[in-house]
Amino acid sequence: MSVRVAVASGKGGTGKTTVAVNLAVVAARRGAAPVAYVDCDVEEPNGHIFLRPDIAECDTVEVPVPAVDETACTACGECSRICQFKAIVLILDRVITFPELCHGCGGCTLACPVGAITETPRGVGVVETGYASTSRREGNARIRFVQGTLNVSEAMPVPVIRAVKRRVPDTPLVFLDAPPGTSCAMVESVRDADFVLLVTEPTPFGLNDLAIAVDTVRELGLHAGVVVNRHGAGDERVRSYCRDEGIDILAEIPDDRRVAEVYSRGGIVVEELPEFARRYEELLDALQAAVPVKA
Amino acid sequence: MEYVPPARSVGHGRLYLKELVVISGKGGTGKTSLLASFAALAGRAVTADCDVDAADLHLVLTPVVERTTKFSGGKQARIDPERCTGCGLCEEHCRYGAIHRHEAERIPDDGPRSDGMQRNGSAQPGRYVYAVDGFACEGCGVCTYICPAGAVIFAEEVSGEWFVSRTRFGPMVHAKLRPGAENSGKLVTAVRNEARRIAGEQDHDLVLVDGSPGIGCPVIASIAGADTVLVVTEPTKSGIHDLERVIELARHFDIPAVIAVNKADINEDMTEAISAYAGNEGITMAGRIRYDTDVTRAQMEGRTVVEISDGPAAADIRAIWGRIHGAIRESNEREQEEA
Repeated sequence: MSVRVAVASGKGGTGKTTVAVNLAVVAARRGAAPVAYVDCDVEEPNGHIFLRPDIAECDTVEVPVPAVDETACTACGECSRICQFKAIVLILDRVITFPELCHGCGGCTLACPVGAITETPRGVGVVETGYASTSRREGNARIRFVQGTLNVSEAMPVPVIRAVKRRVPDTPLVFLDAPPGTSCAMVESVRDADFVLLVTEPTPFGLNDLAIAVDTVRELGLHAGVVVNRHGAGDERVRSYCRDEGIDILAEIPDDRRVAEVYSRGGIVVEELPEFARRYEELLDALQAAVPVKA
Repeated sequence: MEYVPPARSVGHGRLYLKELVVISGKGGTGKTSLLASFAALAGRAVTADCDVDAADLHLVLTPVVERTTKFSGGKQARIDPERCTGCGLCEEHCRYGAIHRHEAERIPDDGPRSDGMQRNGSAQPGRYVYAVDGFACEGCGVCTYICPAGAVIFAEEVSGEWFVSRTRFGPMVHAKLRPGAENSGKLVTAVRNEARRIAGEQDHDLVLVDGSPGIGCPVIASIAGADTVLVVTEPTKSGIHDLERVIELARHFDIPAVIAVNKADINEDMTEAISAYAGNEGITMAGRIRYDTDVTRAQMEGRTVVEISDGPAAADIRAIWGRIHGAIRESNEREQEEA
């Protein structure tokens, strides 16, 4: 049974991907058990920049959209009445579809009394699976890699996130890199995780968005802990918030320009800066102690 | 809610309303800090915070809320356990895995968005009923359609609210989305429409829009029909990767884009690579902003960096604003001549 740790944040750019990638590398290096990194930030997936995986498979993510047989259509309008998304509408005795608005619920197909609607797949993104290797000198520990990518101009990330989650490997430890925010995409990414690691910064923006993210994971009934990134760049308000709310801070990662430089090149912090490797080792220990053990 | 295109000519025919949207693809590149500084420098503009699920602009502009409006992103299904016969047709037809069977006694009473009715459903041992997980429900209504017992209640769900406020730099429209809510794009559209309406009513010629990260529904709703998008990026591999996707998005919707590089001196080579990319793509560089701890200090003080600092970042932001504002003025003059 695998343990899924979602790395989320509320605010963007706090270091979700850095934390998820570096934790995956540290865990893989320990070699105790296989590890997976899963990128659910399908609008802007970045994990591949650092892990440079070899992609073995690439599948198109499809949403079923209606195809109307105009010779059979009686223009009764039942399809447009059931559709909540204005993806199929009756205009002047003709049924028009707007595939990019369709959520693929199948309602119109069900509602059509004459069977004039069939469903046809429409590609909205891809899911790629493969392996990433950590630095050679550590002996080629492998990380199972999965990422989803939403096609540019598509509005709905959730079908791609669902497709990513169907391919989550059955490794004992899985890190899910969630999208920023707290809307449907973030919720879909974290909702069945065993633990949510919330990455924040010690700034007013970081704190404001952390509080929203905490409300979200609480409403979902999930266990959560906090990582304060760029510690020292701001003040102590995040710390006092966590204390007042009874949320554990699992790590405080110091603000350091060298980390920003390694990140900018697409490098892995724990491979280039040994003192940060120790920080991430401690974070992994704290995480493993905090994650509820499954029955 | 339908998108209302920006008024090209409002007021007495002398003012030409322009809408500038700041986006980034990647989160945390400095959109909000930059937009807040623009609001300070413009002096007279309507600001709109369209990052509705992690809004931060209010922390710097400290708005005084004058009007609050409830927002519904769509309908949501609920099952009345009294009427549910346990047939399971809803679960079978739900494509989002949002409906599950529970023992009538054990309907999750603290489950997502379960309401009083579900909690108090009469308990009958051994009887099974179905319940909707509000977080997974997309609001398609198929369960309502298929239920033979009429047990599914399908009603508008309040999923957020939006505010019209006063700030020290002019009117502001902003919003708060309920966690996990669907259809944030619709809320973004409501915020933008209101900002434009206020601009027209009060003779402001500029709307400054703070967008959200990503390329999905709220971002599309933020940029559709805008005059210009300013993409704020950072000189990192991730920043460039996300910049390219968001530029492709702006192109798809035919919105002119300009680029600003924040923390440009963190990696000069990468900043050069971004300039080269912009050159190849025929995109104007609005400028570079040097790394400066005054940006964080301003945030800590709840002010804009141009209000508290004469340091490198504030100077760079003033220069960028000068270029953008100059371009807006020229464009307005051109349109006036054409008119």
